[in-house]
Amino acid sequence: MKQNLYNYILGIADNSLILGQRLGELTGHGPSLETDIACTNISLDLFGQVRSYFQYAAKIAGDDRTEDDIAMLRKEREYVNVLLVEQPNTNFAYTMARQFLFDVYHLLFLQELEKSKDLTLSAIATKSIKEVSYHERFSGDWIKRLGDGTEESKTKMQDAIDGLWTYTDELFHQTEADKAMVAEGIGVDVTKLKETYYKKVNEILEEATLEIPESKWFQKGGKEGVHTEHLGYLLAELQYMQRAYPNMEW
Amino acid sequence: MTTEQNIDQILIPILEQVSDPEIPVLSIMDMGVVRTAVIENNIVKVEITPTYSGCPAMDVIGDDIKAALKVAGYDSEIELILAPAWTTDWITPRGRKALEDYGIAAPLNAEADKDVLLNDKRIVKCTNCGSQNTRLVSQFGSTACKAQFQCDDCQEPFDYFKCLK
Repeated sequence: MKQNLYNYILGIADNSLILGQRLGELTGHGPSLETDIACTNISLDLFGQVRSYFQYAAKIAGDDRTEDDIAMLRKEREYVNVLLVEQPNTNFAYTMARQFLFDVYHLLFLQELEKSKDLTLSAIATKSIKEVSYHERFSGDWIKRLGDGTEESKTKMQDAIDGLWTYTDELFHQTEADKAMVAEGIGVDVTKLKETYYKKVNEILEEATLEIPESKWFQKGGKEGVHTEHLGYLLAELQYMQRAYPNMEW
Repeated sequence: MTTEQNIDQILIPILEQVSDPEIPVLSIMDMGVVRTAVIENNIVKVEITPTYSGCPAMDVIGDDIKAALKVAGYDSEIELILAPAWTTDWITPRGRKALEDYGIAAPLNAEADKDVLLNDKRIVKCTNCGSQNTRLVSQFGSTACKAQFQCDDCQEPFDYFKCLK
């Protein structure tokens, strides 16, 4: 089995899986009908992308592992998503700030992944770019709307950006699998996305009349399987059905 | 990689009977999701491509194709393919008309779509009264492929099928 490629795919897919699950929590709980539907639509897009990745990963694994096993039956330390996406839906400003900080990265990442030598990954990227462009527009609009809104919405959005900022640098951290795949022309060199990322993010923050956080202290670990306490609770819910009724299919 | 469809003539009438479960007036042929359907050794090989990655209708569409082909006396194998990625350009003129009749505004071209979704341009035609005095209510509608609009003349809320290029 191509272990590096397998790990690399998980590194991409876990971000979408965990963020999709977070957004799914808003089903029936969004602040308005439109935002509720939007968040769950984005969640659905992400889950769709995740299925493509995990089906491919299962093929590479070459044993009796299925896409469901990969999604549902790993332990906490075996999930390699970034810490950003597992942060809770503290309030709608947090939900949108988390989404925005991830969407900007996600789109830049997919635009590079599209050039991958691996044709399956490239096809998934091409497909996903169309969807993620909409996500980025949606979350970017909310940053501006809340940032440049009322005093209260601005305070809440600033809090959210300040609170989540510490998780942004990890997006550009390279794992062993990342390095190996970059060397083979399959993976994306995320370190090269960093400058464009902060430029794009800062532009929107400025337009939203928000302060760009000055903190240079960044939290990381998710990509190596070391998570914040929030992930455990999320996984308990995500995995419940599969643990209680083994072999159920999506 | 080709954007051409490869479908045996004899299979077209059968596949035209299968519709999108979310939009029952629209056949999967007019939707453009069937890319290949050929008979090989008495088995029909079908390739379908999703509109959106997470489209929950794809599994149902696959099952419906199988069932329709079975009735016509064929066994089939369905494969989901991602490349080339589906675009709203593949919806046929007949499909666009079916959408409009059903109350869903058909996708505009990419440039106009951007104007509508980002710059509040009023050019999407109301499916009820035909007025262009319409506005975007939400970028996401009842399914991932649609946005929510409202007509400011007749007040009718309606879906707009987002342009996907």
